[in-house]
Amino acid sequence: MQLKIEPRREISRNLLYLTPFLAVLLTVVTGFVLFMLMGYDPFAAIYHFFVSPLLSLYGLSELMVKAAPLIIIGVGLAIGFRANVWNIGAEGQLTIGAIASGAVALAFWGDTGLWVLPLMCIAGVLGGMLYASIPAFLKTRFGVNEILTSLMLTYVATLFLSTLVYGPLKDPAGFNFPQSRMFTDAALLGVVFDGTRMHTGTIFALLIAVAVWVLMTFTIIGFQVRVVGQAPAAARFAGFSRNTIIWFGLLVSGGLAGLAGTFEVAGPIGQLIPVITPGYGFTAIIVAFLGRLHPLGIILSGFLMALSYIGGENAQVEVGLPQAVTGVFQGLLLFFLLASDFLVRYRVRVVRLVTETAS
Amino acid sequence: MNDPVSTTPARLEVQGVTKQFPGVLANDHVDFAVAPGEIHALLGENGAGKSTLVKMIYGVLHPDEGQIFWNGEQVSVADPRAARQFGIGMVFQHFSLFEAMTVLENIALGMDEPGDMRELADRVTEVSRAYGLPLEPHRNVYTLSVGERQRIEIVRCLLQNPKLLIMDEPTSVLTPQEVERLFETLRQLASEGVSILYISHKLHEIKALCDHATILRGGKVVAECDPDAETAQTMAQLMIGEELKTVSRRAGGNFGEPRLVVEGLHMASEEIHGVDLRNIALEVRAGEIFGIAGVAGNGQNELLIALSGERLAHHAEIIRIDDQPVGRMSAGARRRLGVCCVPEERNGHGAVPAMSLIENAVLSGHHRMELLNSIFIKGAEARRFAEKVVADFDVRTPGAEASAGSLSGGNLQKFIVGREILQNPGVLIVSQPTWGVDAGAAATIHQALNDLASEGAAVVVISQDLDELLAITDRLAVINVGVLSNALVTAEASVEEIGLLMGGVHGLDAHPAAQGGGETHAA
Repeated sequence: MQLKIEPRREISRNLLYLTPFLAVLLTVVTGFVLFMLMGYDPFAAIYHFFVSPLLSLYGLSELMVKAAPLIIIGVGLAIGFRANVWNIGAEGQLTIGAIASGAVALAFWGDTGLWVLPLMCIAGVLGGMLYASIPAFLKTRFGVNEILTSLMLTYVATLFLSTLVYGPLKDPAGFNFPQSRMFTDAALLGVVFDGTRMHTGTIFALLIAVAVWVLMTFTIIGFQVRVVGQAPAAARFAGFSRNTIIWFGLLVSGGLAGLAGTFEVAGPIGQLIPVITPGYGFTAIIVAFLGRLHPLGIILSGFLMALSYIGGENAQVEVGLPQAVTGVFQGLLLFFLLASDFLVRYRVRVVRLVTETAS
Repeated sequence: MNDPVSTTPARLEVQGVTKQFPGVLANDHVDFAVAPGEIHALLGENGAGKSTLVKMIYGVLHPDEGQIFWNGEQVSVADPRAARQFGIGMVFQHFSLFEAMTVLENIALGMDEPGDMRELADRVTEVSRAYGLPLEPHRNVYTLSVGERQRIEIVRCLLQNPKLLIMDEPTSVLTPQEVERLFETLRQLASEGVSILYISHKLHEIKALCDHATILRGGKVVAECDPDAETAQTMAQLMIGEELKTVSRRAGGNFGEPRLVVEGLHMASEEIHGVDLRNIALEVRAGEIFGIAGVAGNGQNELLIALSGERLAHHAEIIRIDDQPVGRMSAGARRRLGVCCVPEERNGHGAVPAMSLIENAVLSGHHRMELLNSIFIKGAEARRFAEKVVADFDVRTPGAEASAGSLSGGNLQKFIVGREILQNPGVLIVSQPTWGVDAGAAATIHQALNDLASEGAAVVVISQDLDELLAITDRLAVINVGVLSNALVTAEASVEEIGLLMGGVHGLDAHPAAQGGGETHAA
């Protein structure tokens, strides 16, 4: 007896769209069993993890707040990923975008002009793009792997932010705490529902996802990105420049990460502090793949990952589950997704070992 | 001369073998037998089911129905190792060799029990000498010509003392002289009692070599015949099942202005063991079909990439299109000037396998077919263009939404060639235009190339199929290790002359082992 893995002759596209849902289902089932074995009430745990956050306006609004940066970054990364441009440094680009827009907010502190927010957005996008242009330049000019450069630059960005909030951008009246002044109203995103933190940036997240979908599906630019990713030789044959697409993929994903950073500091945070993201830039990588690199799928997966953050906190409070449960669920989800993807593309066959049939 | 003796059982007999693939009945109750010492041809067009059949004999695939008999005993061939133990050897069309390793290492890797390396080296030398297959065991494979690489595969089989040798389209990569040499070897093996199953669609080869032929069409055996008693024409009709269309030639000689001029093109290969282009010069005039012959891997692909603009020349003046220097222009810019192109590799170069035919029509068509509205792709126009290609070139597909990768090789080839021709190019560069397509489609493609030329386009056809070049080109040149020969007028060129040019520096063994290498190649 021997197990043999062989590619399936025909891969069902429908099944590929179904696997994320299957992965969620399996995650829930596994979580259920896990909680039971740990001695928790599994129904209550699952309820507080997956259901109760969705039952209050507050829970839903928090979901939007957490999903927005994941969706904005996720759709940007997906453009690059489609072209095999692996920007792993969205976290850093987000940080630089936040610094750039935060600097604008602080420079015009107290100003009431309507132009302050748009200017912050422009600065945030440009900041993210500028930061992503470093790996783009190194990749196109010297062939340096963008995975390494973009990832390492993340830590540079985080430390740069610390330098600023411990130094030049520190609030002069802030009792030496490492944080900037609170932004004034003109530099803050409006709240959609009173009493929640849901800001107008969350609406933009959805609009951006739709815009990226149009770009990727109906334009020659999206077409070029897909061809470069799927068949580099065919892209060259058609006269598409790979370097242009590398620049494009990194600049767009960097710019969107910068915008997400802008929305964070102009939205829920309202100032510059040493840590402005709980790892959105990295989680967005999972979001992008869970959403099948498809902008509309990324909206769904962005909400799902946001739910895992909120549900994890909720289950800690309500059922007393350990904090690690969020990470466990995110890991389980990714595991089941990859496993079911694999089984859609390949099948495992049990073959009998043929004994030597010598004549 | 190798008539099967009626009292001994057939070396190999296949009865009622059937193989079903999703959507295709690849083999439908196939029967045939090969006698000891017989050279048996398996003749059929691409897609007739020859490869499937031999893969079942060699144990790569397993039949759904039917029996295989080996020396009169029913056997089941579990896998290629079992086949080798019976004494079945196979030389595949595509070699599986490691370029960076030596001949000997490659041979040892492919054997079930290679034994001591020094002994093996002696046996390799011995076998290769005995069968006129000179090989140096310690040479690195990347230094060898394609013909020499094929010898490695043959010697590897011969070391296992096969009783049946399967050769899958062995001559497609050889010069005419190398073909003649190979035939000598095969005849010698047959005279020693080895049966040979020879797969081909080249009729003159089968007439020259084989004792008996089984003709497959659409997965069924349609005829058994003695190639000596048939003409190439009658066998072709059995194989194709219809009258061969003949391509109507234009009156030659009336060519217009030069449309494609190349002078002093040098280009180092991007690949480690690739071929550098050296001082290429050619001129193709309006209305002319210019052929580039040569054994595979002598710089054809590099030349195509240089002409299409996928790689740029060192100076603009090196390549001129309609008197405009384009050497530094991108592929897209050259397309807009009228340069269309069909690369040799279909999947991944000429087409994106996972994308639909509509998207693949956009791939190279958007430059010239007005498929864009600023940055937006005109979906309806793109579909119309794809459907026109499908209709005009008889591409068999469920629809234009089908992915390019789901089409058979021949159908995808028709689609790609059609896509380029329908863009009405001023200069068309096409590599292996009829690779993998059936004779009917080949005639359609040849006719379309002819029509394009008569409308004033300059057409460059790069092909390994000499018959094809002799049939459709006005002039031709031979490429060998990146050097292009002077152009010959096709009507005045002889096969021997072209063959020697193809041999080029590989010519150390280019002398035919037997007399009378002058096979008539005209179909």
